[in-house]
Amino acid sequence: MNFRVHVRILPRRGLLDPQGQAVEHALKALNFEGAGNVHVGKAIEIDVAASDEAAARATAKAMCDKLLANPVTEDYQIEVEAR
Amino acid sequence: MIRVAVIRFPGSNCEPDAHRAVVREGGEAFYLFHRETDLRDADAVILPGGFSYGDYLRAGAIARFSPIMAAIERHAADGKPVVGICNGFQILCESGLLPGALMRNAGLKYLSRPVDVRIERTDTPFTNAFQHGEVIRIPIGHGDGRFTATDEVIADLESRGQVVFRYVDTGMPDVSANPNGALHDIAGISNREGNVVGMMPHPERLADELLGSDAGTRVFTSLVRWKRPALVASS
Repeated sequence: MNFRVHVRILPRRGLLDPQGQAVEHALKALNFEGAGNVHVGKAIEIDVAASDEAAARATAKAMCDKLLANPVTEDYQIEVEAR
Repeated sequence: MIRVAVIRFPGSNCEPDAHRAVVREGGEAFYLFHRETDLRDADAVILPGGFSYGDYLRAGAIARFSPIMAAIERHAADGKPVVGICNGFQILCESGLLPGALMRNAGLKYLSRPVDVRIERTDTPFTNAFQHGEVIRIPIGHGDGRFTATDEVIADLESRGQVVFRYVDTGMPDVSANPNGALHDIAGISNREGNVVGMMPHPERLADELLGSDAGTRVFTSLVRWKRPALVASS
């Protein structure tokens, strides 16, 4: 089966996120007063062929642990969608 | 004569400077493409600066899986010298040969300017020609140089004396001594044994009096004269 995997990677909470801060400042300058706690990360989409959804998820997790996310500085979330 | 492999990744750009600095100090240097799988009897390895794979995904994240890296990991495990400069340091952290990670500069700007760094470990193949505590002024050129690690890793690096280079304030006007927000002002570290060193500043870019200073030269003097401590025979 084919699955579409969506990986969302964000800087680990607690680490300085200067990009998030810069975007937050810009939003406030545009009068979005209620905006706060902004973080900037990455979104990656991958087609994965796997026997079932659990297998696709396991593959995506291995990809994140090995390459897509840095275990020291980033956290990730995976969503799997059947195609 | 020491044989030094200077690794070329797609996007490396400091390898001629590193090559020249080794040769100028009396060593033998040769380029090795990242697709090679054998270090060709190199005594030491330099991972040069640049933008391997365009810094895609994260700086060093893709180069870390280049074919040559397996040989470099074995070389490092044998206690032989490896230095990563700038992008090379990022590759060493991504590969796990050094702990921690290098994140976007706190000020978000790419910085190209001199920094003052203090040499805090002198028993490595790359710093043995310095006095402990000596301060040198050498350039940086990076956008992702903010050294980051967990509190435990930082404490471990400090207690084991693995901080090799630290940014120091000597009163350079109009700039902060720590250019990128690195934790504990860390500019370079070693592994526990000291044979693997990573550093953000570029000693190879200031290794000739023609440039007004050769403050970086002794990193290469250190390497060329390095004698590996005799191994204790195991019974």
